[in-house]
Amino acid sequence: MIDGSISTSNDDVAVEPIPPANARRRSLLRTILRNGSVRLGGGVLVLLIAMAAAAPWLGTIDPTAIDPSSGNLLPGTLAEFHSLAGDSFQHFFIMGTDSLGRDIWSRTVYGARVSLTIGIAVAVLALLLGMAMGLLAGYVRRLDGLIMRLMDGLMAIPGILFAISLVALFGGTVATVIVAIAIPEIPRVARLVRSVVLTIREEPYVEAAIALDTPGWKILGKHILPNAIAPLIIQGTYVCAAAILVEAILSFLGVGLPTDMATWGNIMAEGRAQFNEYPHNVLLPGVFLAVTVLAVNILGDGLRDTLDPKLSKREG
Amino acid sequence: MLGFLLRRILATVPVLIIVALIVFFMLRLAPGDPAAAIVGNSGGTADIAQVRAELGLEDALPIQFARWVGQLAQGNFGESYFMKKTVAELIAQRIEPTVSLAAVTLVLAVLISVPLGVLAAWRHGGWLDRALMGFSVLGFSIPAFVIGYLLIWLFSMHWQLLPVQGYVRINQGWVGWLRHLILPSTALSIIYVALIARVTRAAVAEAMTEDYIRTARAKGISEARVLIRHGLANAAIPIVTVIGIGVALLIGGVVVTETVFAIPGLGQLTVDAVLSRDFPLIQGIILFFSVIYVFINLLVDLSYLLFDPRIRY
Repeated sequence: MIDGSISTSNDDVAVEPIPPANARRRSLLRTILRNGSVRLGGGVLVLLIAMAAAAPWLGTIDPTAIDPSSGNLLPGTLAEFHSLAGDSFQHFFIMGTDSLGRDIWSRTVYGARVSLTIGIAVAVLALLLGMAMGLLAGYVRRLDGLIMRLMDGLMAIPGILFAISLVALFGGTVATVIVAIAIPEIPRVARLVRSVVLTIREEPYVEAAIALDTPGWKILGKHILPNAIAPLIIQGTYVCAAAILVEAILSFLGVGLPTDMATWGNIMAEGRAQFNEYPHNVLLPGVFLAVTVLAVNILGDGLRDTLDPKLSKREG
Repeated sequence: MLGFLLRRILATVPVLIIVALIVFFMLRLAPGDPAAAIVGNSGGTADIAQVRAELGLEDALPIQFARWVGQLAQGNFGESYFMKKTVAELIAQRIEPTVSLAAVTLVLAVLISVPLGVLAAWRHGGWLDRALMGFSVLGFSIPAFVIGYLLIWLFSMHWQLLPVQGYVRINQGWVGWLRHLILPSTALSIIYVALIARVTRAAVAEAMTEDYIRTARAKGISEARVLIRHGLANAAIPIVTVIGIGVALLIGGVVVTETVFAIPGLGQLTVDAVLSRDFPLIQGIILFFSVIYVFINLLVDLSYLLFDPRIRY
């Protein structure tokens, strides 16, 4: 009881009676959904996720199917596709084919699955690991120096370089790519969580909770995490956007996922050799990549404006 | 002052040691045997064992690490497994294109972003301000290699104004050098412009709300002078800080941009080293870039003294 009333004093200046927690949560959700950036970025993102989920029904064929006889078709061509199994069928190639006769539209649509999966997985992994590091550093005084020096060192290594090396050394699978992109993102999250822990720990209501012998995990769940959640969600969207970009860069450089896999970076890497004749093979997947990252970034900006008024005020 | 300088330089030592540790163990924990790769398919297990012994790969990891750091301290970055040259030599050979690309990008980015940011802050909330903020989100989202190909397509193929790819050394004439760097630097600078312009705008806008701005205006100083001498000058510290932090972006971007534009620099060396699993070369390059990054941020810290006379260490 005492504990509960102390914790709410953080949220508002307690002049007016504080509405019940679920009503406050509902009105926050409404504020978020009314924000233009959240609507725009979130809307585009929902469309992209729907596209990725509905990939088999969007006029696509097997994105890895090869037919040398229909290679390098221009976008918008109706042609016969001969599969290696021997059967053939009419197919409308919305975005043409690459030099091996693979349907670029199919590869692009299926590539959205890879990009979105990796973006979200990296964000979750980086947040979890960064949170663990930040909590340890903020809570356990003896580990603070060690962990933060480790984070400083990690930050000094350029992220893309680090990811490239990790993937090349440990092999290009979805799991290694996710881990390799997530690791360089950990320090920023750790610093954020640590700073929240250090600030909150000095608050009178937390001191009171400690004085009342509240167990550490309860302080963590009731005071630290609720204060960290908004900046973490915002940071998560930016990590997600960066991860989608870095995955595309890895594939594009040929040091990412296996080259036959349908990823946006791989499509662009394949199109590189013939860029002079067929620039659309590089540019069209590039548009998808840019729009996706843009949508996530815009969503992040909108969340920052609504969830963290202090931050948005500082940015103007 | 000298004491501060020494302390600040000493503070970079633990960071560099951590970097060395991370890089070393990352490479040693990786699966795959470099000795087997060097020997190739022709060699037998005896050859592999011999190569392993020669490279010191049979020793315990802490011993290997100590030996490696000892060599580093003497300026010895080791020898490439495959190119039969020292890592230092290989880096030295490839450094000019990369430094040229990075330097031209940096100059371009600062020249574009700082005036834009100042103007946006001056007319806070105006059309330029909103356009700039929109552009900066866009700049963060479009990858340099997509911009690069778009620029090649437009300027080299469609209008045939600039060379498609390649690099000309500066001692072969600076006109050719610059012509080959325009497109790659532009592609690489977009994200940097977005970053610096955003921070410049915020910092100048904040400075413009200070009392001394009102005083300056009351004295009748021209608006341009108020903006630059009082607004920008007081916003210098966040701006140089973000330029320093952005060097990490620049380094990552260089690798990609060099691939797009076929520039034979450190970025391409990195990709080659990684693809051939050339351990000493990868170690050397990552370490080299990290040292550069730490050093540049050291310079940024020291530049605070220059930009804000109130700071006395």
